Amino acid sequence: MSQDTHTEHHDVIAEIKKVTIILSVLTIVELILGFWMIGITSPVFRLGIKGVIVILMMAKAFYIVAYFMHLKHELKNLIMTIIVPLSIFIWFIIAFLSDGNSFKNLRNNYDPHFKEKSTIQAPVEKKEHSKAGEHK
Amino acid sequence: MSNVTTASTKEAKWWNGGKSPFDVEYGKVMMWYFLMSDAFTFGAFLISYGTVRFSSNGWPDPNLVFKSFPFAPEGVNAPLVFVSIMTFILIVSSVTMVLAVHAGKMMDKKGVVRNMIWTIIGGIAFLSCQAWEWNHLHHEGAWWGLNPFINADGTASTTNFTNFFFTITGFHGFHVFSGVMINIIMLIMTLLDKFEQRGHYLMIEKAGLYWHFVDLVWVFVFTCFYLL
Repeated sequence: MSQDTHTEHHDVIAEIKKVTIILSVLTIVELILGFWMIGITSPVFRLGIKGVIVILMMAKAFYIVAYFMHLKHELKNLIMTIIVPLSIFIWFIIAFLSDGNSFKNLRNNYDPHFKEKSTIQAPVEKKEHSKAGEHK
Repeated sequence: MSNVTTASTKEAKWWNGGKSPFDVEYGKVMMWYFLMSDAFTFGAFLISYGTVRFSSNGWPDPNLVFKSFPFAPEGVNAPLVFVSIMTFILIVSSVTMVLAVHAGKMMDKKGVVRNMIWTIIGGIAFLSCQAWEWNHLHHEGAWWGLNPFINADGTASTTNFTNFFFTITGFHGFHVFSGVMINIIMLIMTLLDKFEQRGHYLMIEKAGLYWHFVDLVWVFVFTCFYLL
């Protein structure tokens, strides 16, 4: 029995080490992409990098929940009772983001005031901007 | 110990009564349900942020907003550097929390105490970083209802950016604060031998779940505010 717990102990420590390395590598890749994106102006290319960052974010979330929070080693009953309700977020994200985008397009088309306001250049607008300018 | 029963009764009929269909204790199931509800709260915050950002023609560039670093000269341009340190602090504290939970399973009181202390130090370090960043942004003129940062395309911005930033990172910071408090209570209970008397360290596991959730939320907040 003590032999069993001993090998189990080493397995757990090895798994923790592995997940730590994976999380660190994913974070570093995210940061490299973030730094890389600073110099890129093409909106399509930027969107592509952002998509990759979101995928890496989901991978990090999976490793934290599955291994650090131990959900992967729980019974399927418990996994399902957590994952199934949260899967509604898939629809939330699609619905709300496209709704926001549609709202923007509608206002740009039918609300001249909104459209004009978003073309005003900043420095003439408010006092705070000159204050922020000092820090640059 | 639960692993052994799980392995031998894999094909058992979990819903026939007489045993917990989740094979974990009550408190842990409830912690999972609490975290699920908390995930919906954070999710609602982040989705409203995304919706407003998608409905805006312009948005401030995070690399121009979050570019300073403590003790660095004013006007330093170091985007992403400080926040990556904060991220690594939280990941490392999550790792020490896992080690504390594991030490608890091994009934290793010394290991629990050592790793809980590291986790608490990590949490306090994260909170200090966040306090510095908030203070710095406040000095630049940013607060709820005040946004000194112009949009990335040079147009005038609304206060949506700062409102969402301070609300969401503030709510997360409050979770970190309560997590540190829970961890301190767990450390005191460990030092008083409460868990040795009970014969198990399950409370450490529940505190660990909460702490990992805080780390998990930071993964999303960090990505949504600083990288995208």
